[in-house]
Amino acid sequence: MNAFTNGSPTSLLARDPSSDAHPAGPSDPARGRRWKRLAVGLAIGAPLVLGGCNFYPTYGASRGVTTQGQDTFKLYSGMMTTGIIIGGFVGILILYTVLRYRRRSDDMPKQFHESIPIEILYTAIPVFVVAVLFLFTVLTENNVDATVPNNARITTTGAPVLEVKITAFQWGWRFDYPNNNVSVSGEVTDGPGGLGPQMVLPVGETVQILLVSNDVIHGFYVRDFNFSRYALPGVQNRFDLNIIKPGLFPGQCTQICGLYHSEMLFTVKGVTPSDFATWTTSEIAAGHTLQRYPVPAANTPPPYTHVTPSNALAAPSAKKGSL
Amino acid sequence: MRISGTFLAAIGFFFGVIALIYWFTAYEDAGFLMLIGSAILGLLPGGYYLWWSRRMRPLEGDVDDADMSDGAGVIDAFPGSSIWPFLLGMGALFAALTFIFGLWLAPIAAALGLSAVIGGVIESRRGGAV
Amino acid sequence: MTTTVETPELIEPEEPGGPDGHGPSDHGHGGEHAEHGPTGLLKWLTSTDHKVIGKSYMITSLVTFFISGAMALVIRAQLANPTSSLVNFQTYNELFTMHGSLMLYLFAGPFAFGGLANYIVPLQVGAPDMAYPRLNALSYWLYLGGASMMTLSFVVAGGAASFGWVAYAPLSNSINSPGAGTDMWLMSLGLTGFSAIFTGVNLVATVFYLRAPGMTMFRIPIFSWNMLVTGILILIAFPVLFGAVVMLFCDRHFGTHIFSVQGGGVPVLWQHLFWFFGHPEVYILALPYFGIVTDIIPVFSRKPLFGYRGMVFATLSIAALSTGVWAHHMFTTGVVLLPFFSLLSYLIAIPTGIKFFNWVGTMWGGQLSFQTPMLFSIGFLFAFLMGGVTGVLLASPPVDFMTHDTYFVVAHFHQVLIGTTVFAGFAGFYFWYPKMFGRMLNERLGKIHFWLLFIGFWLTFIPQYIVGLKGMPRRVADYLTSNGWTGLNQLSTVGAMVIGVSFLFFLVNLVQSWRKPVLAGDNPWDGGGLEWFTSSPPPHHNFTHLPPIRSERPVWDYNHPEHRKDESHGDKRHREHEKETVGASS
Repeated sequence: MNAFTNGSPTSLLARDPSSDAHPAGPSDPARGRRWKRLAVGLAIGAPLVLGGCNFYPTYGASRGVTTQGQDTFKLYSGMMTTGIIIGGFVGILILYTVLRYRRRSDDMPKQFHESIPIEILYTAIPVFVVAVLFLFTVLTENNVDATVPNNARITTTGAPVLEVKITAFQWGWRFDYPNNNVSVSGEVTDGPGGLGPQMVLPVGETVQILLVSNDVIHGFYVRDFNFSRYALPGVQNRFDLNIIKPGLFPGQCTQICGLYHSEMLFTVKGVTPSDFATWTTSEIAAGHTLQRYPVPAANTPPPYTHVTPSNALAAPSAKKGSL
Repeated sequence: MRISGTFLAAIGFFFGVIALIYWFTAYEDAGFLMLIGSAILGLLPGGYYLWWSRRMRPLEGDVDDADMSDGAGVIDAFPGSSIWPFLLGMGALFAALTFIFGLWLAPIAAALGLSAVIGGVIESRRGGAV
Repeated sequence: MTTTVETPELIEPEEPGGPDGHGPSDHGHGGEHAEHGPTGLLKWLTSTDHKVIGKSYMITSLVTFFISGAMALVIRAQLANPTSSLVNFQTYNELFTMHGSLMLYLFAGPFAFGGLANYIVPLQVGAPDMAYPRLNALSYWLYLGGASMMTLSFVVAGGAASFGWVAYAPLSNSINSPGAGTDMWLMSLGLTGFSAIFTGVNLVATVFYLRAPGMTMFRIPIFSWNMLVTGILILIAFPVLFGAVVMLFCDRHFGTHIFSVQGGGVPVLWQHLFWFFGHPEVYILALPYFGIVTDIIPVFSRKPLFGYRGMVFATLSIAALSTGVWAHHMFTTGVVLLPFFSLLSYLIAIPTGIKFFNWVGTMWGGQLSFQTPMLFSIGFLFAFLMGGVTGVLLASPPVDFMTHDTYFVVAHFHQVLIGTTVFAGFAGFYFWYPKMFGRMLNERLGKIHFWLLFIGFWLTFIPQYIVGLKGMPRRVADYLTSNGWTGLNQLSTVGAMVIGVSFLFFLVNLVQSWRKPVLAGDNPWDGGGLEWFTSSPPPHHNFTHLPPIRSERPVWDYNHPEHRKDESHGDKRHREHEKETVGASS
């Protein structure tokens, strides 16, 4: 999965949280302003005015509240635009053909059955399109998948990495903060507002998630992160999140995991680092520490290392048991 | 015959290449084995066909300008009707049910399956394709 | 009861005829074997005729289609309201599992390779029957057994399987899914899996060996080509499924730990095995239907297929690539090599695009008439276009991360699968029904069926794309009012009901064709494949006479000698032969 990764973690620089435009409801006054700005921009004919995130239409998706999510969103938006152009072209071509050549007489049409130049042309163009899409996919994928290595928990920006271990179980979530000795756990009825347990994360810091499952396969999915990952029994999945704006982001299990699959909700709350510190202190005071729910020994997954080409080459014996 | 063989061998070759690429990029056992299995699946019959295509007259179906008189004669013997496939199928169904609901179904499965196998073999010995 | 079958006699076109030509209608009946076998129910039980088996397959698979469609309507009704309590969670889980299983394992595949292909492929290649008729019969009985077992698993204690049609490993083990329903589900897969393998063997052998003289590989109609490739894909994919099913069964009952972490097993192995079957399976479900459309469009455009060889190579490359992309269903597991599977998945877009342009090229400059089969084929083009474009999006791992297991994916694969199995499948059904039963289906009812289906289809699935992007996961039995998914779900439900209504017109059409038959004749659509040369329905061993086969539409050449495709690329022997025949006739 890291075949094209150069190893550098995603940078927080060059992204201004205030320029992010979160999709707004119809009643949102900001929406009207944005349209006005858009109209002015079009009138001047300067794409520069459209710069920043507004350049990418949302097509119903979230613009993302993490740096990774924003990268994914841009790829999605670009691919969707490409898809609409190509799909629209082919669709209109079909429609035109169907309408233009509907049967008007009993004359026999010309019986041509091939045209090598045209066939080569419409083989070559998709090859080109696919190559471009794949290039952008790999670039984005490397950003989204980049994780701070286990042995270097300090990012390039100098900030320490907050590690959160998420354990999915039937049918709830447990969020452990080993750096802070805090543990939050619960099922759907346990959290605020009946939305499941809440994972509080600091904004503007790199958070490394370690995702495991206690029983069956679950899916960790937060719509505003534009991201999902399976919680697999026996596998320790790691990924990084850099939340860039405070807010409450609902999440849910996406992989069928039994009877109460649809009730396996949780929320993520992005808060400022100082609020996060306050929150950890209050949680510890409330007794929500790591010792609260000891993990039964039987349910502890065995250690797992995912074999990537780089470490497999370094240690060929690690191939054993790779899956 | 030759084109069928080439076609199958090409499938086998393709999967062989993909399997090698996969092994040296993904280091993953299950997929590698399945791809190698697919490669063998293409290469075995493909090689067999190619082997034979050098030693036999091309099928009329492969000759560009053959017509019906070239292939005149018996195509093969085809059974008009046979009860044994039905009994064998039901035998398999009861065998599957045996695994779920217990051994008391096994005699039924065995009776159906055995009678079908014996009947089918006798039927084909009397002549005709399967 | 064994009959020896000889090569049919050659029949040359007499005079260059007009478009209506001279139907070779009586040639089919000429040597019909006297019916001396059993009759009634025993005839059905003992028949090894590919046409009887094909029809049985088709009827059985349509029954499962309607059962499964009814389940889909219940699912949609449940989702029309947030926190709905129409069915409870357990029933809901069983319903979507069985909806997927019946549709994918018991309808979509068997309808194509068991039903249509069984009936049509021997006719198209000029064969008297499938290569192994008794194996063919066995394959149907295994399928019927498996289908009944899966459908009846609802009545056993504990209910039917409830883990989704993919049965991901720890959830399908004996702790999380006890009960006979799951075992019946697994055993049913075993039976229908073998049924599919036998049909695959039969298809490959028939196309390779039973082609009529002159029917070279590059003159086989595309439908038969695609069925050959489908047969090979079946042989690659289904044994893996059977192996996986056996492993899971052993885990459940015999104490093995292949998929359990506690015993040192690997749950992800199930996903590898399953999707190594599952993704070729997607193309096993799609290729036959591509073939149907490729056969229909030229007939209703009155033109030969544009880019025949391109079409064949596109089919071959789709099939070859389809076995190398299984893990694009597993991008979010975090334990697969993303760029490899992403690249191969992207590459599939290229041959698929070629197919699209070939279809357009076939229609280009033609004289298109919009009878029901053609309407359904055009409906397929649009449906599959949308499904294909969203499929390219999902080939990108980051986009897959953001939409995986949401309704976006649900909408995507329903557009692909309904586009193929329903639009193209029913196009084929309307197209070949006259051949199979000797009577026409009503055009007006067929068109109502099409338009309702078409409208309902878009109304159902466009809202699902949007609701998926708004974050609704698949396989949830309820959702919150505050999610804001209600309106879109209700639109989708209305669309599903429209689809349901459209099939009532289909049923009425079937009933009408039986009560007031309109005879079809041998070649109602002026088709070009060999199947249109024999009578409708064909006699016991299909052909007594065959026209000369010099292109992929020999019957068209026979009926329209003045528009015959120029085959100047023949070998020396061929040219000499031409000279001889020209000399002899003049």
